[in-house]
Amino acid sequence: MTRTPLRPLARILHARAHGQNPDVIERENIRLRHEEMQDRDRARAESRLLVLAMVFFCAFLVVSARMGILATSEPVEPVARAQGAQIAMQRADIVDRDGRLLATNFETHALYAQPPQMVDPEGAARRLAEIFPDLDADRLLRDFTGDRKFLWIKRRISPEQKQAVHDLGEPGLLFGPREMRLYPNGRLAAHVLGGAGFGKEGVTAAEVIGVAGVERQFDDWLRDPANGGRPLELALDLTVQAAAEEVLAGGMRLMNAKGATSILMDVRTGEVISVVSLPDFDPNDRPRPPTEGEPADSPLFNRAVQGVYELGSTFKIFTTAQAIDLGLVRPDTIIDTRGPLRWGRFAITDFRHYGNSMDVTKVITKSSNIGTARIAQMIGAERQRAFLDSLGMLDPTPFEITEAAGGQPLLPPNWSELSAMTISYGHGLSTTAMHLAAGYAAIANGGQYVSPTILKQSGPQLGPRVMSEEAAAASRAMLRATVTEGTASFGEVPGYAVGGKTGTADKPKARGGGYYDDKVIATFAAIFPSHDPKYVLVVTLDEPVDTSGAEPRRTAGWTAVPVAAELIARVAPLLGLRPQVEPRSTPDITLTSN
Amino acid sequence: MTEMVYGAMPAERGEPILPKWWRTIDKWTMSCVLILCGIGLLLGFAASPPLAERNGLGPFHYVERQAAFGGMALVAMIITSMMSPTLVRRLAALGFVFAFAALALLPVFGTDFGKGAVRWFSLGFASVQPSEFLKPLFVVVTAWLISASQQIGGPPGRMWSFILCISIVLMLALQPDFGQAALVLFGWGVMYFVAGAPIMLLIGMAAAVVLAGSFAYANSEHFARRIDGFLTPDVDPRTQLGYATDAIREGGLLGVGVGEGQVKWSLPDAHTDFIIAVAAEEYGLILVLIIIALYTMIVVRSLIRLMRERDPFVRLAGAGLACMFGVQAMINMGVAVRLLPAKGMTLPFVSYGGSSLIAGGIAVGMLLAFTRTRPQGEIADILRGRVR
Repeated sequence: MTRTPLRPLARILHARAHGQNPDVIERENIRLRHEEMQDRDRARAESRLLVLAMVFFCAFLVVSARMGILATSEPVEPVARAQGAQIAMQRADIVDRDGRLLATNFETHALYAQPPQMVDPEGAARRLAEIFPDLDADRLLRDFTGDRKFLWIKRRISPEQKQAVHDLGEPGLLFGPREMRLYPNGRLAAHVLGGAGFGKEGVTAAEVIGVAGVERQFDDWLRDPANGGRPLELALDLTVQAAAEEVLAGGMRLMNAKGATSILMDVRTGEVISVVSLPDFDPNDRPRPPTEGEPADSPLFNRAVQGVYELGSTFKIFTTAQAIDLGLVRPDTIIDTRGPLRWGRFAITDFRHYGNSMDVTKVITKSSNIGTARIAQMIGAERQRAFLDSLGMLDPTPFEITEAAGGQPLLPPNWSELSAMTISYGHGLSTTAMHLAAGYAAIANGGQYVSPTILKQSGPQLGPRVMSEEAAAASRAMLRATVTEGTASFGEVPGYAVGGKTGTADKPKARGGGYYDDKVIATFAAIFPSHDPKYVLVVTLDEPVDTSGAEPRRTAGWTAVPVAAELIARVAPLLGLRPQVEPRSTPDITLTSN
Repeated sequence: MTEMVYGAMPAERGEPILPKWWRTIDKWTMSCVLILCGIGLLLGFAASPPLAERNGLGPFHYVERQAAFGGMALVAMIITSMMSPTLVRRLAALGFVFAFAALALLPVFGTDFGKGAVRWFSLGFASVQPSEFLKPLFVVVTAWLISASQQIGGPPGRMWSFILCISIVLMLALQPDFGQAALVLFGWGVMYFVAGAPIMLLIGMAAAVVLAGSFAYANSEHFARRIDGFLTPDVDPRTQLGYATDAIREGGLLGVGVGEGQVKWSLPDAHTDFIIAVAAEEYGLILVLIIIALYTMIVVRSLIRLMRERDPFVRLAGAGLACMFGVQAMINMGVAVRLLPAKGMTLPFVSYGGSSLIAGGIAVGMLLAFTRTRPQGEIADILRGRVR
């Protein structure tokens, strides 16, 4: 650009030469510049004002177009939506392995009031209290005549109650549909199903969310509309579950136990066919979590996956199985069982004295602590820990209900040789019954780990091998021998060749400091039929005592085993297992002839 | 001789005031304002009885007050429109000082009428909202400062006016009154734009706003929910917006009839922020379109007239006033039809409110004063041979 000088020097010099006033020229120059600047500004402002005018015109046009669209659209009945997201209706059903309904939805109504629209608040309050005896008429009247615009009266009412309220003819009382979760089988499989509650709540709908069990674990899946209404198929068998609950409840009462749990698991697929924890609750009316006392005493407590206890002698079979697998012993190897076995200031004793030596099979069938501890010394702490880890004993079970994550095994702070010896017979390591079931399943299926699952599987789900076929087979023989000639003799169920191992562990005192003398956890872990095991059954009784004899008997052989035997007798036919009648040792036939 | 004996007749300098006013005033704009005022009164009859009933007053209490304030507003408008731009500027500068002080003193002497924001001075018989008066006065002062900066050797008026603007915005935001704060900021922006803001700066600012918006949308759940809630086609029928939408639908083309509307009973702000919904329900789309047309007419016509204006001060002040007026109306109606996120803002001249009415009257009076036909130096151009 060409720069015009502020003072046109040539003209000024010229003016000076002619005796004129140069200021005039300068002022003229400034005026011209000013005018030029103003013209430029004006031209720019002109175009920008035009832009503004057009923008405003268009904006007003848009507003009126929008007005027109709105005004000509049909007024629709207002459809309430929760702020933001829509409440997803229709939670998927839950069914058992044969498609029988475990959880479904049920349409009910919620009752709410809009006091400003009420005609006769006094009458409404009085007659509502008649329909719902648990409502207080005075309180309702206070709510209705106060300055509240909206209040919930009842979250769920039955069709009859709805009709009765409807008949009041009060325009300020309104109903909102409520889809509620219904468990048609009541208490059955309560701990697995968990329960559901209302989440976000609107007038016309409320969100149903799982609060525990599979309802919570699979909450997203159950609410996902992408599943197209497919139900969630569990591995549970409704009839087996019902039979197991009935037998276990009876056994718990007979054995004066305060709690009981049983787990029935398929040894190849890991499917949990039935899992019971007593006492239980009704998921339709889930009790509130206890605010005081032991959480383990609450019916909400799932003993099968949350109850972490030392499970006692049932662990011995893992010790012998590993020793056989490692080639350290054979079933007929003689073990020194002289007692007591001293280790530092600890002494390991047996419940009864069975002699100074016995073979490995006998160690299991008679349940010798000393014998097992000696075998554990051969194995060593390191290898024992690795073996139990491979059986999943050191982490919470992968069982798919939310509570299972709380079943964290309690490990010794340092896995010393003494720890190894006590763990070998089931003390010093606390696990849940579900851990035990998974461990026994590995023995039963020929030595492969299988993780317990609540979901229906299409085929075997065998995991990594944890022991050889031979070790597993030898262990099965020992388990069978325990029933035929050992501590679990009450466990014999004709035709089903039950094998298993008992375990009786003293309960630790709640505040620490040793064990109770008269409180035990009695466990029986069984496999059946033991020549070709299909199922594992773990039965655990909490503080059982059999008072039928002269003195109270608490050992598992007298408490858990008979209950388990009855359970097997009841459920094995339901599972489709044929009893295999073993050929009775035929008495010598004497041919006589007259 | 006669003059020598009896003294000179006082010479009329120029035209008499009234004929000159009538000749040069933009009669179209003025008519639009008068019609709007009438519509406001008419809608007051429709919208305010529920409020009067709630407050235990006669059904037309608020209509009477609206009429009284409307009359005062019209008088203020006409008086202001008779002034010359210079006089307007002087009075506005004085008034601005007072209004600014009043705004600054609000935290000390103001009341909140139980609404949570301290915006009013209570004078017993009426309440005054200083920010309503401050808005048009601020526009005039800003126009003065910016136009001064366009003179050779002028002061840095843009910077000064920007500092003023920011301090007012901060005070308003602290009340809190984000609506008015945004309006003040918008008014300043429009004047800066007309005064020749660099295009690159405008593009940069637009880009910054888009960036900041998308950043906020991505990172702030609250902000995202507000925007999503605004963008979703469904509206919760129990909110004010839901009622307003419903009312517009109910009204249809011709309305449900005078006094038959229901929305005014449900909406707490039926007589102020959502008066357009009342209009739509009772009188239908027709009246709404008329109202929109009136506002469009006032704004667009004023802006077009200002295009010919040569005085930078008049141009800027007029543009600022017209745009502020238009944008306020547009936001009010845009909210009612869900084109804009919810924000309370009165509909100038139509909504109920004393301060708003009188301040609106003064603002439109100033706008009329600025858009009056004035010699623009065309003859001088021709004489000097300047051709544009």
